[in-house]
Amino acid sequence: MAYSDQVMDHYQNPRNVGKFDDQDDQIGTGMVGAPACGDVMRLQIRVNDEGIIEDAKFKTYGCGSAIASSSLLTEWVKGRTLDDAAQIKNTEIAEELALPPVKIHCSVLAEDAIKAAVEDYRKKLAAQA
Amino acid sequence: MKAPVYFDYAATTPVDPRVAQKMSECLMTEGNFGNPASRSHKFGWEAEEAVELARKQVADLLNCDPREIVWTSGATESDNLAIKGIAQFYKGKGKHLITSKIEHKAVLDTCRHLERDGYEVTYLEPGEDGLITPQQVADAIREDTTLVSVMHVNNEIGVINDIAGIGEVCRAAKVFYHVDAAQSAGKIPVDLESLKVDLMSLSAHKMYGPKGVGVLYVRRKPRVRLEAQMHGGGHERGMRSGTLATHQLVGMGECCRIAQLEMASEADRTLALRERLRRGFDDMEEVYVNGDLNAHVPGIINISFNYVEGESLIMSLPEIALSSGSACTSASLEPSYVLRALGMNDELAHSSLRFSVGRFTTEEDVDGAIEQVRHAVEKLRELSPLWDMYKDGVDLDSIEWAAH
Ligand SMILES: Cc1ncc(COP(=O)(O)O)c(C=O)c1O
Repeated sequence: MAYSDQVMDHYQNPRNVGKFDDQDDQIGTGMVGAPACGDVMRLQIRVNDEGIIEDAKFKTYGCGSAIASSSLLTEWVKGRTLDDAAQIKNTEIAEELALPPVKIHCSVLAEDAIKAAVEDYRKKLAAQA
Repeated sequence: MKAPVYFDYAATTPVDPRVAQKMSECLMTEGNFGNPASRSHKFGWEAEEAVELARKQVADLLNCDPREIVWTSGATESDNLAIKGIAQFYKGKGKHLITSKIEHKAVLDTCRHLERDGYEVTYLEPGEDGLITPQQVADAIREDTTLVSVMHVNNEIGVINDIAGIGEVCRAAKVFYHVDAAQSAGKIPVDLESLKVDLMSLSAHKMYGPKGVGVLYVRRKPRVRLEAQMHGGGHERGMRSGTLATHQLVGMGECCRIAQLEMASEADRTLALRERLRRGFDDMEEVYVNGDLNAHVPGIINISFNYVEGESLIMSLPEIALSSGSACTSASLEPSYVLRALGMNDELAHSSLRFSVGRFTTEEDVDGAIEQVRHAVEKLRELSPLWDMYKDGVDLDSIEWAAH
């Protein structure tokens, strides 16, 4: 299968690879997928007091398209509000990376990952209050 | 980009130049282009002679009678002819067949097809070592069983089944035994005089011959009868009609001749290469060889690099041509059915690569592959949340994953 230039770019130079301390109150973590299905994404966001995502990191086990989807996502969420970030649609990711139909599920997983990270952060916030 | 180095000999092999030479002599006006079935002139007679020499070369490799060789278009057709041919011819005796879960699709899909026609099929499950035992076959045989089809060497993991033992069981129970030997013929010895095998499928393109030609061995004593699947001019004693493709058959004959001549030295060389490759990953953590290495063809090795997904691994290896058991290479979300049948967890199946080496592989090729694979695995593990968790001592089975 041929990969698009966009997928190759993110795959070869993945952005924002890494891990934040998930115990930190400023951090929201979303882990989605399953090893048995061949892909697991962990997306983490660091949120400031104004509710803006200041930084994001990811690690992904999966095919090239899954890695590219999560790498792209970390670029997109930085600087966004939580609401804004949670609005990101898988179709936007798929379009930007020119994913073929069999790889759409990778972009769906990325959308799930940001939603899960936002929710995790909000839960922490609620627990503090 | 320079051509990648070929590590996929189990998928197909390049044609040996000696074979290509012989084939090219059977194509043009000045060559041996006649129809082997033409009885009325020299062109026909010469073509027939070439085809019969090729038949003998195949028979010699297998130590059987040339009259037991039926030409086909490849192992897929041979598997179809053997399984449907026996099932249909002997349906009066019974409509039960036995095979294994790790057969090639050419066998499995043929069995599925027969199931839709009212046949019943038992699919034996291999052990963790990838092997089917004679005892398993014995336990599955019933009054109405007509055929057992269990392969010699598995194409994904390279393990060798005990076809001698399975043959004994089948013969004692008066059940026909078919063996898909596409991956073993020409690589390891096959002696049909001593084996109690009734039918055997071979393919030329796995042994440095051309694609599109194979044979089905059909035993004469005790006699095996088949329902033909291809009807027409009555070629191949009515078992497979169609004008014989002289150049293809000559190519298969020649590749069998070479295989017989060079088998021992080639096996040693191939094994040394495979072992060099395997040892290249010896000191890495969480690397598993799939299938029992003690019962293995020299050229194939299947390795799982845990916590790294196979397709992305292949994507990081543009300079190596090889295949993966990962789901993503098959467009479905299921990883290799062969690896799953071994009882392997899905994650390890997704993380597998099949390396297959052969006649034109060099030590430099292997050393280059080791270096590239190690580098790619390290890079992808850096990216892998599962690797992180493993390193942190988290038990991945303790996590509730949301399957999707
Ligand atoms: C075990 C086995 N059986 C059957 C086949 C099919 O052979 P062919 O390509 O000649 O139809 C192959 C190869 O693809 C194989 O490895």
